[in-house]
Amino acid sequence: MAQNDRTAFVMRDRSWHPRPYAPAYKTSVARSPQQALVSLQTPTASELTGPDFDHFALGLYDNDLLLNFRPGTEQDGLPIGERLIVYGRVVDQYNKPVAGTLVEIWQANAGGRYRHKKDAYRAPLDPNFGGVGRTITDADGWYRFRTIKPGPYPWPNDVNSWRPAHIHVSVMGPSISTRLVTQLYFEGDPLIPLCPIVHTLDDPDAVDTLTARLDMAAARPMDCLAYRFDIVTRGALQTYFENQS
Amino acid sequence: MPLPTRNSQGLYPETPSQTAGPFVHIGLALDVAGLTPREQEIGSNIASAEAEAEGEGEGEGEGEPIEIVGTVIDGNGDTVDDILVEAWQADAHGVYQTDYRADRAFRGFGRTAPGANDAGVWSLHTIKPGRVAHPNGQPMAPHINLMLFARGINIHLHTRLYFDDEHEANMACPLFDAVPPSRRDTLIAHREQDGAKPRYRFVIRLQGPRETVFFDF
Repeated sequence: MAQNDRTAFVMRDRSWHPRPYAPAYKTSVARSPQQALVSLQTPTASELTGPDFDHFALGLYDNDLLLNFRPGTEQDGLPIGERLIVYGRVVDQYNKPVAGTLVEIWQANAGGRYRHKKDAYRAPLDPNFGGVGRTITDADGWYRFRTIKPGPYPWPNDVNSWRPAHIHVSVMGPSISTRLVTQLYFEGDPLIPLCPIVHTLDDPDAVDTLTARLDMAAARPMDCLAYRFDIVTRGALQTYFENQS
Repeated sequence: MPLPTRNSQGLYPETPSQTAGPFVHIGLALDVAGLTPREQEIGSNIASAEAEAEGEGEGEGEGEPIEIVGTVIDGNGDTVDDILVEAWQADAHGVYQTDYRADRAFRGFGRTAPGANDAGVWSLHTIKPGRVAHPNGQPMAPHINLMLFARGINIHLHTRLYFDDEHEANMACPLFDAVPPSRRDTLIAHREQDGAKPRYRFVIRLQGPRETVFFDF
């Protein structure tokens, strides 16, 4: 769904997004710019276009984390943990569906361990769980994954910091202006209000929009629960009559 | 999950960003995490010289093959070895090829991250982009749009890479009207002559002296 350069996007509200410099999240201290961002008064084709993944060939199990680490071994190769459907809709700020866009996720296993060379947490890896998924939204903006619920994990920030259970979510949207990487949290997790990464957001309503809701209507009885997580990308508007003399 | 409340302009608020964290690679750069790549991955080869030589892709990979090597430095002067960089660029004619297909010679979009033995250096293999028109009608100097994601970066950073051997075009690029003159050189990559194909080195400083210009748009 790439756009041509006649499309502009609603300005990003950077007071709603997290603060870049958030000293309670210690890594942000040395990794946040001190200078003001430079606003491009006139976005160009460079900002208003982006890759369209509608024709990117995905694998059969790319959105099924229960099967995609060992596809074809369903009988004896399932991951341990709470089986979940995580689904939702990608819309823009005008509630228009964002169709054909790439949604990617990654996460720890049920014990909070990532399958990454650099994760040395003592909770074990799950031999049947990789933790990566991707899909492309359908014509109405819907996406869907099947996975297990990730566990919380400790991290070296304060002496006793633990991340809430979360799934990292990446969305392209129609241009690089709408590019977004965020994290999905789970309704009712008492670690959410304790987390300094969550608290890079000033507005509790912003945290609320990152909190996926238990969705019993979408659960599969005797199989898996479901959580719903809708994603809103910047609103696309057409520019008319620009530069007419 | 209901949609959030509309804001004062009647719009739904954009989903807020969060850091990509230390393990972004398992999702977006599988080889760096030590995972087996899937059949098709978005990688650091934006243009494939091989496909071009074989005449595949109907010339979409045409242009001057180049390598970009980059490092990202934090406010302490330390290299950010867990950075993930995304690149978006026009083809050799200055046209954005928006239909991403992994099997094409030129893809326009790529991702790169330093591996465990790379000392924080990342690279991109691509072709030098052509000039894209600014809405005011003037051509912009050749550039690659870069997005930076990492642990400690709460909302990704947008910057542009320009080329030091395009001095004249750079000086005339309308984009630079928005950038304070003293900071413009933070956007310039430097050509190196060794190696089979031209290589440009780009240092991004997240914070402090000679901090790279980052954009809002």
